[in-house]
Amino acid sequence: MLDSVATIARVEDILAHHDGMEGALLPILHAIQAEFGHVPQVALPVVAKAMNISRAEAHGVMSFYHDFREEPAGRHVVKLCRAEACQAVGADRVADHAKKVLGLDWHETAKDGSVTLEPIFCLGLCACGPAALIDGKLVGRVDEAKLDSVLEGLK
Amino acid sequence: MKIYLPLDSAAVALGADEIAHAIEKHAHAKGVAVTLVRNGSRGMVWLEPLVEVETLKGRMAFGPMTLADVPALFGDLSAHPKALGLTDDLPWLKAQTRLTFARVGVIDPLSLDDYKAQGGLSGLTRALTMDKAAIVAEVTASGLRGRGGAGFPTGIKWKTVSEAVADRKYIVCNADEGDSATFADRMLMEGDPFTLIEGMAIAGVACGATKGFVYIRSEYPVAIRVMQNAVEIARAAGILGVSVLGSGTAFDMEVRVGAGAYVCGEETSLLNSLEGKRGVVRAKPPLPALQGFMGKPTVVNNVISLASIPVIFEKGAEFYKGFGLGRSRGTIPLQIAGNVKHGGLYEIAFGLTLGEIVDTIAGGTASGRPVKAVQVGGPLGAYFPRALFDTPFGYEEFAGKDGLIGHAGLTVFDDSADMLAQARFAMEFCAIESCGKCTPCRIGAVRGVETVDRIAKGDMAAIPLLTDLCATMKAGSLCALGGFTPYPVLSALSHFPDDFNRMKEAAE
Repeated sequence: MLDSVATIARVEDILAHHDGMEGALLPILHAIQAEFGHVPQVALPVVAKAMNISRAEAHGVMSFYHDFREEPAGRHVVKLCRAEACQAVGADRVADHAKKVLGLDWHETAKDGSVTLEPIFCLGLCACGPAALIDGKLVGRVDEAKLDSVLEGLK
Repeated sequence: MKIYLPLDSAAVALGADEIAHAIEKHAHAKGVAVTLVRNGSRGMVWLEPLVEVETLKGRMAFGPMTLADVPALFGDLSAHPKALGLTDDLPWLKAQTRLTFARVGVIDPLSLDDYKAQGGLSGLTRALTMDKAAIVAEVTASGLRGRGGAGFPTGIKWKTVSEAVADRKYIVCNADEGDSATFADRMLMEGDPFTLIEGMAIAGVACGATKGFVYIRSEYPVAIRVMQNAVEIARAAGILGVSVLGSGTAFDMEVRVGAGAYVCGEETSLLNSLEGKRGVVRAKPPLPALQGFMGKPTVVNNVISLASIPVIFEKGAEFYKGFGLGRSRGTIPLQIAGNVKHGGLYEIAFGLTLGEIVDTIAGGTASGRPVKAVQVGGPLGAYFPRALFDTPFGYEEFAGKDGLIGHAGLTVFDDSADMLAQARFAMEFCAIESCGKCTPCRIGAVRGVETVDRIAKGDMAAIPLLTDLCATMKAGSLCALGGFTPYPVLSALSHFPDDFNRMKEAAE
């Protein structure tokens, strides 16, 4: 874990890289999350000052979007599509199975930090659902058996 | 030996990257020189990963490929277990009218030479010989309407921006394709990104805008990568920059990534997000065409609207207008999804009936059970029962049946679907994704979930309450999220009343 001085130094590099960009806050938050795996609390006042907005506004933007995390995710992130086209081919069943196998509900991370389970609303894989995004890898036609073998591979 | 294998997300999700690796390994072991082109998808998702091999007779298709099918690609092709024949002869492709998607799946998405060889840049070249008013008039004459869902005439929007006086103007491409059952934007950006760039450049020239943004949702990593590469290539080739194709007119663009908020597909919310704010909906007026990004005149168009512009200029407005029915002109990329035998993208003139699409083109359900309902137009679209299968696919035709075509996605459900559960999900989704600005949406959706739950417990008195709540949301919401959530809810209720009659069920 980086101390706050090192974190702030990196955030300042990211801010410098986005200097002069129109409406730069989302690209900056994406870059910070790509760097740290989440948006550290200490980063927000620095970002707010650079953007000439209040800290509350910066927090407001960050917390509006589902993508930005306040806390680091687990080592593996399993995102399962919950949208209608996937529902039509059994996504709810697969989700129930995942919750049972992992012992997690949506948005929860395992106590040992191994895996985070999240819902996602549409990956554009609607003709080959149920769809999943597992550690950034797209997976189509996920059923219980396929999910088990993918989860086994994460161990 | 030239082999095509899609880089398209759907193909990748079904194992295309692993197939690509196996092809290269086998070719190397056999000492065969292989050029592997990662193209877009042809749209036949049930056949993905679909491999094509270039032969003297044309491209031969093989699919759905598994790792075990790879070695046979290096033997007698006609005897290959997954041989489908010549790609161009496949009935699914042959029956389509591919205008916007003409190059998707055909070319290497990042090869400008391929793009030009297939008619690319001829639209922009022609537009650059015309004055601004003539370009706008051509778009108006084509009858093109916003393909994002609202169906607003594209030419009229462009005219407003073109005639507005300002020091800066913008072209914003809405690639926040969040509706379930829709993937046309994704496929276009992954399979033929230069078409979108060309369409945006024409829009820039027509409106006097010098800067464009493509706002792509973060759930589309492949599309983001391909678009970013394509913008760099286009800039290096002088298609973008201070002088578009040497015309002296400037237009450049940037790819921006969303952050997982469905509501940002709404244009004013998208603009706020692009400005670095919460993706909260703005009240209209002022229209984005007059006060959009950073308060400047802005065209906000969907990917498919902008990607249909090049062909309109290449072949003429009259040609494009010649397809379709009524006030729905041109072609529409249908996205057939959910529980279907043959799912994927099917571009065709407006006017097919829902039944023809579902029963004939899609071949019914994948499960083999009867079709119960089809949700047309994404999570805010109505559920259509079989009784409405004679509805022709067009903006007004669907509106006349209390539905919408939206972005032309169709989700098919078999008879195991519980329509009360679908109605509940519509409300739940609205509650999760509401931006919170207006009360009917923010509070209404939460109350909606509770009211559906009361009905589920057999409280029939809650049904008029749900209808009343839907009327309030429809009339009182600022944008389509709260305003259209009643479509799936009320259509489920009115077309499938038995699923809401839990009291009867309990009594039986």
